Amino acid sequence: MMELVCPAGTPAALRAAVDAGAHAVYCGFADETNARNFPGLNFSRDEMAEGIAHAHARGAKVLVAINTFPRAGDQQIWHRAVNDAAGAGADAVILADIGLLAHAAERHPGLRLHLSVQAAAANPDAINLYAGAFGVRRVVLPRVLTVAEIAAINREVEVETEVFVFGGLCVMAEGRCSLSSYATGLSPNMNGVCSPASHVAYADTGAGPEARLGGFLIHRTPRGAPVPYPTLCKGCFRSGDQTGHIFEDPVSLDATQLIPALQKAGVRALKIEGRQRSRAYVAQVVRTFRAAVEAAERGAPMPEGLLSKLTEGQAATTGAYAKTWR
Amino acid sequence: MDLTVGPNAFFWTAEAVRDFYRGLAEAPVARVVIGEWVCSKRLAFWQDEIPGAIETLQAAGKEVALTTLALITLKRERRQTADLAAMGLPVEVNDLSALPHIPEGTPFWVGPMVNVYNEGTLDWLARRGATRICLPPELPLASIARLARAGAEAGVAVEVWGHGRAPLAISGRCYHARLHDRAKDSCQFVCAEDPDGRDVDTLDGTPFLTVNGVQTLGRAVTTVAGQIDDLRAAGVAALRLSPQTGGFPAVTRAYAAALAGDPADLPATLARLMPDAQFADGFVAGRPGADRLAMRGPG
Repeated sequence: MMELVCPAGTPAALRAAVDAGAHAVYCGFADETNARNFPGLNFSRDEMAEGIAHAHARGAKVLVAINTFPRAGDQQIWHRAVNDAAGAGADAVILADIGLLAHAAERHPGLRLHLSVQAAAANPDAINLYAGAFGVRRVVLPRVLTVAEIAAINREVEVETEVFVFGGLCVMAEGRCSLSSYATGLSPNMNGVCSPASHVAYADTGAGPEARLGGFLIHRTPRGAPVPYPTLCKGCFRSGDQTGHIFEDPVSLDATQLIPALQKAGVRALKIEGRQRSRAYVAQVVRTFRAAVEAAERGAPMPEGLLSKLTEGQAATTGAYAKTWR
Repeated sequence: MDLTVGPNAFFWTAEAVRDFYRGLAEAPVARVVIGEWVCSKRLAFWQDEIPGAIETLQAAGKEVALTTLALITLKRERRQTADLAAMGLPVEVNDLSALPHIPEGTPFWVGPMVNVYNEGTLDWLARRGATRICLPPELPLASIARLARAGAEAGVAVEVWGHGRAPLAISGRCYHARLHDRAKDSCQFVCAEDPDGRDVDTLDGTPFLTVNGVQTLGRAVTTVAGQIDDLRAAGVAALRLSPQTGGFPAVTRAYAAALAGDPADLPATLARLMPDAQFADGFVAGRPGADRLAMRGPG
């Protein structure tokens, strides 16, 4: 059966995910070492140890994301995170930075390394580079590939691949995007945040309710309509005589129907985005996807539309998995 | 400190490419990186200009390197990358998947689309053969200084993004095609209509971003014109100037004059050379990249 890798932004969400049937959960320390460095999220060292014990007692794995790019002069913060994850009994660490991968491979030779989506390894040459140089065992593929391309990659690599099937959707190649720091000074790579809430302002002007990021107008909606969160690449802009969602509509990813195709493509693990989500959300999504991977294993059809209420703005996409998205 | 001209990000006609590199032969720059780094579909239209451009630039005493694509996914693109490495010039790696094609021990350069944020990564690349690294544009001065020191110790020249619309993101999706209600595979090369990229404004009319096929850049011209003394003190080896239409040789001369003498006049000179441009210099200052601090140009 394909492994279901589920988000845990808090110890409560970790327990909810494990109890709902997650094969593995991923989580991070409460600092800038992980790419969901949001206020009120993530794990202290003690909470991480307790979370790992809870998961292991129920046969689930814990993968610790240390997937921002260490700041020059402060690499020891990231080195300590790898060391502490290994010490707490993490089943793997999820890394993106070459320097950090080299450090982990040298200092923690027994620790299983996964390559974060933030490394955006998008072809077999890149994947084999990380596998050969650092002993990476699994690669989370960037959301720029079609199912056919994923199948082709799996024919050329030895390591496991993991893909996103549900939740927030990066439109850009992950880990290679500075849109957020252009507008706010804070970026996924350096600070573990994208379009951070600290730089969001909502207002209701004469022209209608609006949401700004770093002072730039990202959404303006008709009166009475909800204003989406101003994630930069999902914003509404003007170019020439056109107005609209130049990069992507405010949609989220739902690849439920593609699970059998992904299984056939040789994908080892399915990942659900959403470490910032509530434990109730996590439990519901995990239960649904556990049923889906079990159905895929039996060759049964995928459940339909169960999660539509949980997708952002009620609209879902299969993203880059379908070639026409490009 | 000297000057590197980066690869052209935009889709220009073969004739425009030819004229650009002819004009660059006389420009006061030490080195030029040439090649397609945004979209492999464009290459067939102008690749025949590359050998002549290399010859012209080398005859003018410039060091020349060949860039890889910034996002390599297709089999054809992987083959092109392997071919680049066999051409006998330094390769500038803008996607790490190019590395396996470069034999161990062969020197190579690293471009701004590779994530070099810390000493550990710089050291690993140096051991693998990197001799020159252009840092990601979003890095603040404190990181640049650390990396320039690490580079000096490891024998790596460290460059920063000096002038031009900053590359902010690369995608599987073509935004130019999307703006024309087409998919990438049937794009009909509409990005050729915008030789400096297509402007994207906010709904209240603030200039914001630029789309260039699968690439997104800042709308403002990022420049370190007001930060040259800081970068020199930090040990930065070169400034990277990114090609644009209109008066680029004059822009290179302005930077060269600033490096040779007093950089204080450079912001005003640039504002005069590019009267319609909006400038930004927030990244090096550790601020939002779109911010304008030392630069006092119009717009």
